[in-house]
Amino acid sequence: MSLLFAATGLIGGMSTVFTSLWSFFSRAPYFNAPRFAGSRVWRLVYAAGLVLGAAAWVVSMGAPEHTSVPLWQLGVGGFIAGFGARLSNGCTAGHGICGMASLQAPSIASVLIFLATAMATARLVRALA
Amino acid sequence: MNRGALPFVLAAGALFGFGLALSTMVRPEVVLDFLLWRDLGLLLVLGGAVAVTFIAYRFVPRLFARPWTGGQFQKHPSEMGARTLGGAALFGVGWGLSGVCPGPAIAGLGTANWPLAVALAGLVLGAYVQGRFFGGSP
Repeated sequence: MSLLFAATGLIGGMSTVFTSLWSFFSRAPYFNAPRFAGSRVWRLVYAAGLVLGAAAWVVSMGAPEHTSVPLWQLGVGGFIAGFGARLSNGCTAGHGICGMASLQAPSIASVLIFLATAMATARLVRALA
Repeated sequence: MNRGALPFVLAAGALFGFGLALSTMVRPEVVLDFLLWRDLGLLLVLGGAVAVTFIAYRFVPRLFARPWTGGQFQKHPSEMGARTLGGAALFGVGWGLSGVCPGPAIAGLGTANWPLAVALAGLVLGAYVQGRFFGGSP
């Protein structure tokens, strides 16, 4: 994110790409607002970089991974996280790194809240399992 | 941002993806262990990332008048309000259920961790429902 900022001035949150992506497929005005449709190219390139970087790690020093977290937890959790991150306009990257690094009060509050609800949820799931 | 910036965008993304894999944050099991206070290593990952980015956000605009590839230095937009804070609470529920957040869901494609594609599909659908039905003014 430091490199991204120095080279391009952009703020490298992650979750916005999921909203931007829909500007290709939907005519709904929300997805086609300039801040989403206008950033979709670089956000997709940034996401492609993430895939390539993680693959470079596998090739150079790691190994392919396989999670054993149940699929329903991944799918339902992903859906709730996607909805929430976009409502909040930030995730662990946008609020957690970019927002905290620029000392934004809404981001700091968001991080405290999502850490708390994530810890509570993980504990609840563990207890019920 | 101009087209000349895209190689830097790709490189920055790759660095981020490599770091997520190296730091084990791409593994949902490690994230869930962190959330259950069994392994607090991710606190160092997040803290380190915030520290480096804090320095960059603060000092890069003093060293350079504008970004290397032109344009302007931007700011993370966030507003204090029910949407931001309520959304954060929901995001945490989803993160705590799956152990996956947006960066690792995408980077997980690079580690061939195919079940994470289910989480990625969930994230994309969640973003659709939010934008389509709860978007308000963008």
